[in-house]
Amino acid sequence: MLGALIIVFREVIEAGLIVGIVMAATRGVVGRGRWFSIGRGCSVLGAGVVAMCAGVISDAFQGAGQELFNARALVVAVIMLMWHNAWMARHGREIADEMRRVGAAVSEGARPLTALAVVVALAVLREGSEVVLFLYGIMASGTSGSALMVGGVLGIIAGAAFTALTYFGLLAIPSRYIFSVTSWLIALLAAGMAAQAVQFLNNAGMVVALDRTVWDTSWLLSDGSIFGRLMHALVGYTERPTEMQLVVYITTLFAMFLLMRIARYSPRQRLPAAAE
Amino acid sequence: MRAGLVAIGIAALLAAGAAVARANDYVLTIKDHRFTPAEIKVPANQRVMITIVNDDVTPEEFDSSALKVEKVVAGKSKGVVRIGPLNPGRYTFIGEYHEATAKGVVIAE
Repeated sequence: MLGALIIVFREVIEAGLIVGIVMAATRGVVGRGRWFSIGRGCSVLGAGVVAMCAGVISDAFQGAGQELFNARALVVAVIMLMWHNAWMARHGREIADEMRRVGAAVSEGARPLTALAVVVALAVLREGSEVVLFLYGIMASGTSGSALMVGGVLGIIAGAAFTALTYFGLLAIPSRYIFSVTSWLIALLAAGMAAQAVQFLNNAGMVVALDRTVWDTSWLLSDGSIFGRLMHALVGYTERPTEMQLVVYITTLFAMFLLMRIARYSPRQRLPAAAE
Repeated sequence: MRAGLVAIGIAALLAAGAAVARANDYVLTIKDHRFTPAEIKVPANQRVMITIVNDDVTPEEFDSSALKVEKVVAGKSKGVVRIGPLNPGRYTFIGEYHEATAKGVVIAE
């Protein structure tokens, strides 16, 4: 039971970190709850579908279907996070000002919410489908299934609690700083996702350039440990990055900051139309 | 953007087709939540393709942070992972859903 709990918890905390950070980043934006519910609802269903189709997906593209699926999900998430950060760079201050003034929710920003709903959905979809597969395996194997099942469900609950902890932890940051903190976190999150995507493409045999391992810090922090997983989800830590992963990581960070800078200094920044 | 993705997709199919014909192909079978063979010797500094055949009815996740692979293989199904180039050494892997029994090692030399 403990084993099942840990396996499921490990999968859930990765998605949980992403959900927690993204929710903190949209603190005080009206309509947020609905969009996140849509994102989560779709993705829980989607995770089930992906798990059921695992055989088909895996067999596609000469057995590299899963890698391509994951890589695509990650790339879309990276693009959505960039969009969000650029949008926040332009409007974040207005929102923070308004939040301080009225002390509550503000009305702007349906569009980045769709973007972030997509990010949440994809995160839950990727990790969730693995949880579903694992639990399905337990049920299919029959023997001593119920104890493992309880462990799995406890793992999901623990993961959800962790998500709440992330969220409320970030909310404890004063609203003056929260947008810059979450922007940084999202930038690192996106860079890590991009580096992971390129490794999936490497596993699929699509991107084979610069595939030498640069360093090995598995002795210091293993990818398999809970803390390793957290750092992986949070800043893209991996114990043996390839040259290509480093290049992609740095490029994504650079692109993100460039985009935010451009968005911030746009002369149209005060026009209400820019919100749309 | 879309055209670019399609082009990448086509290139990938061609590349994958070419990869199938290469020599460094290995097969790993999962049966009763164990890998056979549990030890694979592969040449160092080369890309290697491992086909994972899952003979169990339950899904398994081939997982190795050392090899930088996480791959779900559905029950009664197979999947392909591409690894390397590896420096000489031992690289352990597990079946994450049955960690107690599903263990193995890739030896690059």
